[in-house]
This record gives sequence, C-alpha cells and structure tokens, in this order.
Amino acid sequence: MFTSLFQRLAASSGLGVASRTVAAVFGGYALAACATTALALWLPAAPATAVITANLLSFLIYTVAVLWAFATRSATRAWVGILAPALLLAALAWLGGAENLL
Amino acid sequence: MKAGLRQSMAWLHTWSGLLLGWLLLAMFVTGTSAYFREEISLWMAPELHHSQPSPETPALAWAALNATAPNAKSWDIQLPEARSPVAQLRWQPDTPQAEDGGRQRGERAVMDAGTGEPLAPRASRGGDFLYRFHFELYGVPRIWARWLVCVATMFMLVAIISGVITHKKIFKDFFTFRPGKGQRSWLDSHNATAVLALPFHFMITYSGLLIFMVMLMPWGMNAAYQDGWRGFFQDVFPREAPAAEGGAAAPMVDIAPLVARTRATFDQPVRRISVDWPNRDNAVIRVATDKAPNITDQRRGGHPTLVFNGGTGELLETQAGDAAVPGAFRVYNLLVNLHLARFADPTVRWLFFLFGVGGTAMVATGMLLWVSKRTQQLRGKAPGAALRLVNGLNIASLTGLLGALAAYFAANRLLPVELAARESWEIRVFFLTWLLALGHALLRPDRRGWVEQLAAITVLWAALPVLNLATTDSHLFSATAWRVGALAGFDLVCLLMAVAGGYALWQVVQRRPVRGQGPLPQRPRPQQSMAQGPRSERGTRTAGDGA
Repeated sequence: MFTSLFQRLAASSGLGVASRTVAAVFGGYALAACATTALALWLPAAPATAVITANLLSFLIYTVAVLWAFATRSATRAWVGILAPALLLAALAWLGGAENLL
Repeated sequence: MKAGLRQSMAWLHTWSGLLLGWLLLAMFVTGTSAYFREEISLWMAPELHHSQPSPETPALAWAALNATAPNAKSWDIQLPEARSPVAQLRWQPDTPQAEDGGRQRGERAVMDAGTGEPLAPRASRGGDFLYRFHFELYGVPRIWARWLVCVATMFMLVAIISGVITHKKIFKDFFTFRPGKGQRSWLDSHNATAVLALPFHFMITYSGLLIFMVMLMPWGMNAAYQDGWRGFFQDVFPREAPAAEGGAAAPMVDIAPLVARTRATFDQPVRRISVDWPNRDNAVIRVATDKAPNITDQRRGGHPTLVFNGGTGELLETQAGDAAVPGAFRVYNLLVNLHLARFADPTVRWLFFLFGVGGTAMVATGMLLWVSKRTQQLRGKAPGAALRLVNGLNIASLTGLLGALAAYFAANRLLPVELAARESWEIRVFFLTWLLALGHALLRPDRRGWVEQLAAITVLWAALPVLNLATTDSHLFSATAWRVGALAGFDLVCLLMAVAGGYALWQVVQRRPVRGQGPLPQRPRPQQSMAQGPRSERGTRTAGDGA
C-alpha cells in the first residue's frame, strides 16, 4: 500500500512531492524562525522568559508546518500556508526590533 | 479527506523513517548506553575498582593538591559518590600557557579515595565515547555531525507525529499482537514498542532539539539580546568572575572542619570543593553538597554551598541552592533533565534505560517492517538491488553495531595497558568491527547474514564476562561479593545480551521463514526469505537489549 501510494504520488506529481519537501524543510524552518523571533520580542515577559518560551514552541511550529506541507491538497496550498504566516511573523518581528539580526 | 490525510501521513512516516532510520538506530543504541555512562567508564577502568571512600578523603585530596599544585590558580576536588568510588582532582596552573588559545583544560589526576595514592587508569574514553557518539558521531567536524544528528531528530519528531496520525486505532492496535505472521508481526511489534513508550519517545526527541536550540534556532535570542546567546546566558546564569590576581603567599586553613560544617549546615554529604587562588592571602574556598534532586532544577550548579575565606576559615556566604525560576524555564529544565536523567535514582535510571531499549526496538522493527513489506510484495521473485541494500544496512546497523559495541568493551580488556594512543585504538576496534560487519552484511543481505551476525554477537557478549574474569580481579563474582552494583550489573547485562542474541539466533535457525504469502509454490531458496530476518518477538528482544 505504501509503495503503490508512493508510486501514485510520484507519478501524478513527482514535482509536487519535491516542491512539498522543499516547502516543509526550508519553508517550515523559515516559519519557525520567524515565529520564534516574533514571540521572543513580543511575549509580555522578561526577555529571557520570552526567549525560552519562544524556543520551547519553535520545534512544535516546525513540525506542524512539515505535517501541513504533506497533508494539504496541493503543493501550492502547502507553500501559501507556510509562507503567508511566515511573512506576517517576519513583519511583526521587524516591528518588534529584530533589525539587529541583519 | 480524512483517509487522504492518513494516507499522506503514512507515506511521510514511511519515507522519513527509512531515510534516517539507520542513523537514529545508532543514536538510540549509544544514547541508551549513556544512561550508564559513568558505570561503563568505571568498568573500563579496572585500576579504579579498589578505591574505597572514607571520611578522610577530603583531607587526603587537600594534602595531595598541596603537594602537587600548591601555587595553582584554582583547585577543584570532586569527592566520591555512589556512581564513582574515586576522588577527581583538577587544577588550573598559574602559568600564561594555560590561557593560550582560550582553552583552559588545566590538569587532572585521579586519587584513591581510601589511601590518597594517585591512580593511573588505563587510557580509555569509556562511556564518554558512546555518549558523545550519540550526538556528535566521531571523526566528523563537530558542527556538521551535530546538525546531521539534529536533522535526524527532527525527522523522528515528524515520524512520531505522522505515525500517531496514521494509526487512528493506535491504542487498540497496541493490544493486537499477531506473532508468526511475518510483516504483520513486525507491524504489531513496531506499534507496541512505539506506543508503550510514546511519551518517552516524544520527550527524548523534543528535548534533544531543545538541548541544541542555540545552534538550531538562535533567532529569538539574537533578536532579544544585543550579544545573542552570550547575553541570554549571562542573563539566565549570572556569574561573578573570580579575582583576577592571586595575592601574596599565605597558608590556608585545614579543610576537614569546613567540610564538617557544610555537611551539618545542609544535612547532605559534601561532593565538591573548589578553591580560587589556593595558598594566597585572597584564597576563597567553596564547599558544595549534594542536593535533593528536583526535576525542574537548572542544568548548572544550584548545589547548596558554603563559601569560606581560605586563610581564616571565616564564613563569607551561604548559598542555599537553586532559586525559584520562571515557569517557562521550569518546562525547559524538566524536558532537558528528563533527557539526561539527571535527577534519576538507580531504579528510575534502569527505567529510562529500558525506555531507550524500547526506542531502539521501535526504530529497528520499523526498519525491518519496511523490508518485510516489500519482500512480501515481490511474491517470491528475487529482491532487487535496493531492497538487498536496505536489508544489508539493517543487518549492519543492528547486529553489526551490537557486535562493535562488544568488541569495544573487549578491546578495553585485551589491548596492552602501555600501548601508545590506547584510547584511540579502542575506538578503532569499535569502528573496524562495525565496518567488517557492514562488509559482511552487504555481501550477504539475507537470512544467512542475520544468522551469522547473530551467532557472532552472541559469542562476543558471552565472552565479555569471561574475559573480565580472566583479566581483572573485579569480575562478576568479586563485584557481587563487594556489592558493587555497577560492575556486577555490567557483566550481567553482557550475559543478558548474549542470551537475547542466542534466543534470536535459535528462533531464526529453527523456524523456516514465513511463507505462503505469495501465490507461487515456495522453494527453500535463501534469497526468498532474505528480508524476513528474525521474526517479531525475537527481533524485538534482539533490538531490545541493544544498549
């Protein structure tokens, strides 16, 4: 069953699987990084507490992004669902003073 | 849509699992051994086995350092405790060379806790080699190895969660066991080992990532602190620097009364004595005790400590130990302490060890299931190169690694004590054995490969207690008589490994591989059965004792 499913996935959308994989691995990391930065800057707590809370959540966010990339209907949806919140969070992080990262 | 989700998760689980499964298996085996890292190191240093802690140990260590390094920059004495019978002495020489290159390793010596004599254990990396291997491999640039290990860990996290989604009936499946049915049995074993310790698997994976958060996800702390993680750590673990310069030479007080006073103050045995600028007029002595372990403790320090003036013995400061930490840090500490089993008493340590064994079995049965499923789909045709490769790698990463582990321990007893670069030779024996097993497995990626390697590891593990009996006087019988659990336990685990290996071997040899899955009449060709390997319950145990 796994093989036939894989063959079906690969045959119908070999590019799709590759695209989802890139979205999951790199897009997911970007999303997690943006979320961690935004949370570290915006959480209403002492800096150290905000940082550790953000880091505690970061790998959960990454995992959810990876699952989303493979669970959603199309590769396009995978990308949009990851990049849109990532951009939003990047903007928040920027507003919060993340420019010293650059 | 629901079926679609489960199917896509099954696909993700299968392929992310296969891609990094071999690395995860090696991480699980060596990481599980790390729960007994100190016991392994002790077993691998027979020269330390006769050391007996005594009430005189602090005074003996004090005298030894006064004789060896009276004018050092700092001293550090680690007194014996349940897991280590010796006193560890470290000192930082007061020479400019010590600061070259930013590395301040300093000097160290091991002292017999009963007699005060210096001990010279054979050169060995002991349990540290296995502990380090589980997160930074060996011979690879550290940073690359750590990233690779973390990528594998991230894959495992994805595999765990997608695996749970795949099996919507996972808890019902847990009680389903269909032995003797080839692929089904592997699936059942995989489910059982996964669900049995599911919280452990999730914890060990997630906390593994958290331990490397500075490397993996530094963006939050870099944005919140001008100087990044340094600022973060200074904020979390504020440290006062010791006096930069030693004062004029001046004698120090006797250590025994300070130890007695600290012990009485906190009602805990003293574990550690450190001195800044010993034998100077600004000497500061810190005497730290054990603490009642708390699962949310900070990773560093936090031991109740009395700080004394070195010249007069006057009490300068009482440090009660861990201060209360905010909730988020308690969560972080909880996860990290669980990963490292820092708080664990011997019973809990064994429990974590068994969970680690369960994790090893989970990865191993998953890998065997992958091969079993695809062999069944061949319906009797000869397997292709890819399937043979996967099966060969499975053999090498399971029985091969367990064999290499036994060879590493055997090398500790067999290599001459005076051999140059001896500790490297122990590690070379480990990798050469593993390489040999890999070559053998790739040449025979079939049932014969499993049979021969199972036979080899059974002999190797059974030989270890015998070897110990022949080469040391702290063998199983004397260790039992002395009631040294660490040493007796090591030999007993070796015997258990041999029993498990022998049982798996017996099962594979005795029963023909599972047939009747294909429509074709079966002929006893070894290639047909190559992928079956040892069947479910034995496989679980083989892998199960793999630590």
